[in-house]
Amino acid sequence: MTEFPRPAPGTWPPMNSPAYGSTRKRHALHPPIAIPHTLSETSAPRFTPSAYPAYADMSVHEGQAAMGERIIVGGRVLDEDGRPVRGAMLEIWQANAAGRYHHMRDQHDAPLDPHFAGSARVFSDDEGHWQITTIKPGAYPWGNHAKAWRPVHIHFGLHGQGFAQRMITQMYFPGDPLLPLDPVFMATPDAAARERLIAKFDLDYAVENWALGYRFDIVLRGRNATPMEDHK
Amino acid sequence: MTTTASQTAGPYWHIIDHPEWADLRRGENAAMAGTSITLTGQITDGDGTPCGDAMVEIWQAGPDGAYEAGFHGFGRCASDDQGRFRFTTLKPGPVPGPGNSLQAPHITLAVFARGLMNHVTTRAYFAAEPLNEADPILALVPEARRPTMLARETAPGVWTLDIRLQGADETVFLDI
Ligand SMILES: [Fe+2]
Repeated sequence: MTEFPRPAPGTWPPMNSPAYGSTRKRHALHPPIAIPHTLSETSAPRFTPSAYPAYADMSVHEGQAAMGERIIVGGRVLDEDGRPVRGAMLEIWQANAAGRYHHMRDQHDAPLDPHFAGSARVFSDDEGHWQITTIKPGAYPWGNHAKAWRPVHIHFGLHGQGFAQRMITQMYFPGDPLLPLDPVFMATPDAAARERLIAKFDLDYAVENWALGYRFDIVLRGRNATPMEDHK
Repeated sequence: MTTTASQTAGPYWHIIDHPEWADLRRGENAAMAGTSITLTGQITDGDGTPCGDAMVEIWQAGPDGAYEAGFHGFGRCASDDQGRFRFTTLKPGPVPGPGNSLQAPHITLAVFARGLMNHVTTRAYFAAEPLNEADPILALVPEARRPTMLARETAPGVWTLDIRLQGADETVFLDI
């Protein structure tokens, strides 16, 4: 039986993170009420490939290659015991190489790329592995404060084996000078926890004469509470 | 191992939006018997300003009270300029709770948005449902705040639950 413990203190960003202006009027003032996990929290949607088809390549759109540096990003989805989370659905979205989202409300004065839509959907395999091909996104300004630019990032949404595992995160790139200036990234108090949001440059994911690679492992809530017990 | 930190969904999550997911009677669910309902509401912030960029997800049992045993109970809806979301679905049945308890029919809602570092989670129960009285989760919520988790039938078959992220009548969020 799997339990879904709460994140360790300091390893997730607080809902009230005033340096990120949008949190000010959107964070709840009451603490959330802890509830025991019932079927409503321990069960999860079944995303069948027929209703939720995978598409792993953002670098080509309608048969044409997107502009920018093609990269492969991959990794594993694991639980807190280090066991693979199988069949997790990953929803991935990002800006194009110029730092512009294919989104009506994105008014950043940077070019759209007709050959880049910017989303992918993949599923982890039996070992927890997943992989996409994409274009390295660009940084973009966001108006949070003077000369505020988001560090280069890719958004990841994960659906695991219990609704309590549902989470959305962002993957960053190593060596980005914007990271220590970013109120979203810096909101997580624990330095090691922030570090885990940064992908590792990894030639194992690279393909000769084609694309460089990055590795991003994602750990979802979940522990094997009673490893020896058979509940069936 | 330590869990990966949550990060905000930001304002551009619509790139992964599929508006048809707000209709849970789609696909194989179309053949399921049950009571068709609409679940709608408005999301506002601490100033009462509508949140027009939120992503609302729902997760529910089927009319038989079982999860993913025929009825696919997942939906997603973008809030509109007025902060409103709207799902069409089948009313869930009562779900087994801790011990031998029974949970009243409910729909779990998760709200993701710009400015939310982690999503917030609540439940929509159905006002005037007799099982609410004995629901083990509602019992954990101070009585005065329970109404924020009770959807009201504002028109036949239309259940309304507004979500106030902050301030007076703030929605009860659950630490799940
Ligand atoms: Fe972004």
